[in-house]
Amino acid sequence: MALNEFIASSAANPLGRPRGIWSTLHLDPILLFLLLALVSGGLFVLYSGADRNVEVVKAQGIRLGVAFVVMLVFAQLDPSVFRRWAPWLYGAGIIALLAVLVVGVGAKGAQRWLALPGLPRFQPSELMKLVVPMMAAWYLSRHYLPPRLRHVAVGLAIVLVPMMMIIKQPDLGTSLLVGMAGLFVVFFAGISWKLITAFIALVSVSAPMMWFFVMRDYQKQRVLTLLDPQSDPLGAGWNIIQSKTAIGSGGFDGKGWLQGTQSHLEFLPESHTDFIVAVLAEEFGFIGMLVLMTVYFLIILRCLYIAVTAQDSFSRLLAGALTMTFFIYIFVNVGMVSGLLPVVGVPLPLISYGGTSSVTLMAAFGVLMSIHTHRRMIGA
Amino acid sequence: MPWGEFKDTAAERRLFQRRTIVVMTFVVLMIGGLIARMYQLQVVEHEVFTTLSDKNRVQVQSVPPPRGLIYDRNHVLLAENRPVFSVTLVPERVDGMDQTLSQLGGILDVSGEDLERFHRRLQEPRRPFQEIPLRYDLNEQEMARLAVHRHELPGVEVKAELVRYYPHSTLTSHSLGFVGRINRDELQRIDPVNYAGTNYIGKSGIERFYEELLHGTVGYQHVETNARGRTLRVLERENPVPGEDLQLQLDLRLQERAYDLLDDRRGAIVAIEPATGGILALASVPGFDTNKFVTGISVKDYRELSESRDKPLFNRALRGQYPPGSTLKPMLAIAALDSGATDRDYTIWDPGYFQLNNSGRRYRDWKRTGHGWVDLMDAMAESCDVYFYEIAVKMGVDTMYSYLSRFGFGEDASLDVSGALSGLLPSKEWKRAMRSEPWYPGDSVNLGIGQGFMLATPLQLATATSLIANRGTWVEPRLLREIDGDTPVEQYLPDGNHEPLKLKNPADWEFVVDTMAEVMHGRHGTARGSGRNAPFRMAGKTGTAQVFSLAEDEEYDAEEIRERLRDHALFVGFAPVDNPKIAVAVIVENGGGGSSTAAPVARELFDAWLVEFPAGDQEAVVGNVENKGLD
Repeated sequence: MALNEFIASSAANPLGRPRGIWSTLHLDPILLFLLLALVSGGLFVLYSGADRNVEVVKAQGIRLGVAFVVMLVFAQLDPSVFRRWAPWLYGAGIIALLAVLVVGVGAKGAQRWLALPGLPRFQPSELMKLVVPMMAAWYLSRHYLPPRLRHVAVGLAIVLVPMMMIIKQPDLGTSLLVGMAGLFVVFFAGISWKLITAFIALVSVSAPMMWFFVMRDYQKQRVLTLLDPQSDPLGAGWNIIQSKTAIGSGGFDGKGWLQGTQSHLEFLPESHTDFIVAVLAEEFGFIGMLVLMTVYFLIILRCLYIAVTAQDSFSRLLAGALTMTFFIYIFVNVGMVSGLLPVVGVPLPLISYGGTSSVTLMAAFGVLMSIHTHRRMIGA
Repeated sequence: MPWGEFKDTAAERRLFQRRTIVVMTFVVLMIGGLIARMYQLQVVEHEVFTTLSDKNRVQVQSVPPPRGLIYDRNHVLLAENRPVFSVTLVPERVDGMDQTLSQLGGILDVSGEDLERFHRRLQEPRRPFQEIPLRYDLNEQEMARLAVHRHELPGVEVKAELVRYYPHSTLTSHSLGFVGRINRDELQRIDPVNYAGTNYIGKSGIERFYEELLHGTVGYQHVETNARGRTLRVLERENPVPGEDLQLQLDLRLQERAYDLLDDRRGAIVAIEPATGGILALASVPGFDTNKFVTGISVKDYRELSESRDKPLFNRALRGQYPPGSTLKPMLAIAALDSGATDRDYTIWDPGYFQLNNSGRRYRDWKRTGHGWVDLMDAMAESCDVYFYEIAVKMGVDTMYSYLSRFGFGEDASLDVSGALSGLLPSKEWKRAMRSEPWYPGDSVNLGIGQGFMLATPLQLATATSLIANRGTWVEPRLLREIDGDTPVEQYLPDGNHEPLKLKNPADWEFVVDTMAEVMHGRHGTARGSGRNAPFRMAGKTGTAQVFSLAEDEEYDAEEIRERLRDHALFVGFAPVDNPKIAVAVIVENGGGGSSTAAPVARELFDAWLVEFPAGDQEAVVGNVENKGLD
């Protein structure tokens, strides 16, 4: 069968509406284009951030390729699949998190991985970034929206239980992202402003309690360091001082690709992982940052459009929450590197070196594409 | 409840849309905030961070100038610079000092002493990020092993450094001096900028005196470094100005001969070229290996040197203060003739002793039987003590003091010999001030034969002898001969400030020189054995200085004490008589008599200088040596 005929036959769907190749593949071309632009630009920055190490770029390319395949797979699944699977995935996730706390393996003083025999080592907390909003969306969309207080309480519990378990690992960055994903579901579901205000008040009160009873010393140190980086210029403050210096010295138009002295002379730590945005800012300057922010913003815009045009509450809530998770990634990472937020291990989405977050993020985009490309059939 | 049924889907959609608008606003605000933050850092505060960034990567490093070389008068290298590889640590960059040190100990041979020295220097004040050496003189295997492990050892560097090396270390230890590590006191004194990269400074001798010339001017380089301080490339460089090369008056061959002649005995030899004041040889035996001091001598080695009974660290030529004994007689003869205390024909009867008055104590002559009738010529040739007792009393202390001081006694008359002592030229005032006693005539008697309070260094004796050789013309002793390059010597060599010693009858110089020649060549000359068969005429005077007592802390050892109680043997002299090329002072501690021990040494030096390597024929001599080397 010739390609043209294939396209033509695929286009003829049962409702008689024309279906393009994108619908057939269940991909959103606008989102795909933006993601590809982001990822390919990111590889250039990574090459510089990894100090011209081709191996690093190659490895990241392969991971991104895998992530795109994962996205493609998720996009093929009908949103109802996610809905039906949500409680089971959530239950499995909680058990996995428990297992991590009991038998998990880790590095740098944190237990994050679960090494099950016969399976590749994986990080259940990473999976929860997808599963928690799914579960919250599943639960809240079962009831009338805006939710009642009771439902809000259950919704929050769905979010807070895994979040606390992840904090215990300890992994502040991931628990933050998981928590935010869940809370955005509650927000999109229509929780009343009165409750939001109360909730913010509660958080403000519990923050000091967290400080004394939950946070680890190194986490406290990060917060203290943020408040006064100069207090420990060679220790904890070093990263922030150096990354701010990298960003600031980049100036308006940057030092040029591969010309960043801060990163290449090893002043900037983790220049190809969490702090890669400093490399970009140093080498491409304010203009580069504007371009990056624009691409991110356009992606968010497209995703929110998908959410708004989604055809049922579950899809809407899930799409909105995943979009906002993506945004939180960006905000926390850039805020942290530029010294606005404490240093928590949050990568710059789709640019930082590292596989897990890229796969999760692309899976989320796959879910969004699925929601977008399956809506007519659901609506039928 | 089935999905979507009984629900107001339109209301839910509107609710979601409203929430999305809120979220959109939130996103726009937050991204706007991030962009504002970027604007603040990258545009508003750009200058600040650019400065920080440059400060991060560009460091100014000082480049120490290579130290000037030192040659002898025939351009034989006496002090050079050798590259030495050492392993250094920058404490600010070392992750765990103890762990790093133990790891290094597994890679290199680090002795307990190295560690001890390292820890000591770690405590001392130092410039930030200045490296502290742990071990010097790495061999190639150690450097290779270190290179393999280098990445595991932040803050550990291998440094090539030019370190002073003295190819003739022991021979030149006391004349040249040596360099050593800059210590705390010196750190206060030196120009911190010019010495920014320098670790060594002249500690003694020429190295100390001409420190300014030898050191040169520091250079700078701007280097790009990474966060661990490792230099990646040099951005710009201002080369240091190397120190000036110095040529000394010393003749290494003569210096070596002097050491050989003193052999294993303790003693000192100073040889001066009378025409120039140039010090041809300055030997203090035993010497020591100066190279050990350059990078820091080990405690054990230092203890060995400092506790040695032979005092190898003690510079006898400059700082050994000995009673000059009879070697003072030529100067006293000049004084006596010029002051009128005696004349050439004045004759006395020497019964073997001298009495101030009939009831007074007897001052014995070294010859118990006495010399009989002696005039000044005989008194010098035979070293008659009684004659000099008498003229000393006649002159009195003031006259003797006045003449002797004009010979340079009681002061350091040298121009550039650092560390030289001034000996002791006694006077009435001195005795009253120091001893609270008047000057007794007996003190004058003692001074008449260079004993009693009088103390002189070998350098002073050689200087005074040069003055006689020059017939009164002063040339202060000096070590520097030339500065290689354009710098004139006069600019750095201090000026001499001694008036020539003019005699009422200048012919008295010749007369006294003749009496000294009689010592060497006369039938009764005390050094006639040493003057025999010489192809040139020489003038000299033997001396024997009494060693009065043992130092209190010296242990009792019959053999040893007998040896150490023996008199010091002295000799001063010059040659040839008519056109003096060399004036010497020789002292052999506990050597016994000057005529038997010191005079032969001087004769050999004269032979060496005048016959073996005559001044005008230096090229030929050097040529011969080279030819031998080729064969």
